[in-house]
Amino acid sequence: MWLTITLGAVGCYALKYLGAAIPETFLENPLVKKIVMLLPISLLCALVAVQTFADHQSLTVDARVPAVGVASLVLWRKGSFILVVLSAAVTAGALRHFGLAH
Amino acid sequence: MTLVQPWDALRSEIIRKALSIGIAVSIYGVSFGALGSATGLSVAQTQALSLLMFTGASQFALVSTIASGGTAIAAILAAWLLGTRNAAYSLRMSPVLQVTGVKRMLASHFTIDESTAMGLSQDEQLYEGDASRLAFWSTGLSVFVLWNIATFIGAITVNAIGDPKALGLDAAIAAGLFALVWPQIKDRYTMTAAVGGALIALLMTPLLPAGLPVLAAATVAVIIGWSWSKQVNL
Repeated sequence: MWLTITLGAVGCYALKYLGAAIPETFLENPLVKKIVMLLPISLLCALVAVQTFADHQSLTVDARVPAVGVASLVLWRKGSFILVVLSAAVTAGALRHFGLAH
Repeated sequence: MTLVQPWDALRSEIIRKALSIGIAVSIYGVSFGALGSATGLSVAQTQALSLLMFTGASQFALVSTIASGGTAIAAILAAWLLGTRNAAYSLRMSPVLQVTGVKRMLASHFTIDESTAMGLSQDEQLYEGDASRLAFWSTGLSVFVLWNIATFIGAITVNAIGDPKALGLDAAIAAGLFALVWPQIKDRYTMTAAVGGALIALLMTPLLPAGLPVLAAATVAVIIGWSWSKQVNL
């Protein structure tokens, strides 16, 4: 088990370090620069979508969908970050508490 | 263009955000600690994952693979695969952070979804990049400390706090990340990368094991980046 943990951790750290160790001249290429700029946007939006709609390997509409919807409204109305996060938590928490959504 | 906030106000706003992200995420740290113990890992082993691997998706993947009877190799590969998106994050953050040596090693360790999203949510030109850097470092530190404390609590109590879903934290984390990506969506290219990434991940969800649909979204960034640079050069 310790070997599994060590190898897993070393590999994950190496991946993190790899991105930082790539020389900056590589990023000066206009194509690379644009892709690198867009990568976190695509990855993080994918993560948000999966965190909102996915349940293991199936897509589902549960309490998270209205919760993120309410939070998006708050975001659009220029609510503060804390308000965006709290509105999502309260909506999902309340819907589940009252048994209105899974 | 909104008015530039004075540094002191901006600094405390960033630190407040970093702390609230750390708190929200740490509840999942309790779940992770509990999962570790339930799977038969010692407290030290579970804690080592949070201290040394420090990337939630990979940690959950490694332990869940073992819990479901998978081999050590499968567990390690699952963790590595989910860790690849951090390489894209550190690549993106390196010109913002401008660090070398020990600081670069520490910055790499702190490179996760939350710290990257926070770092990029600030205008990179603001206070010569200090706002972005503070957002990254404070979030990395806040999540690291709270995630590890939470792991320990979860590992020794085996989930005394209960289900993060009952508190709506799954939705809160999704909404929080969305709020951090939002300011980066400025034109049709970033918008297409955002929507396209989300759609690809959802389309791939029924077809690929958990974690891979998010990685598949990288192809969208490559395609949009390619067509964007072609258009600019023409």
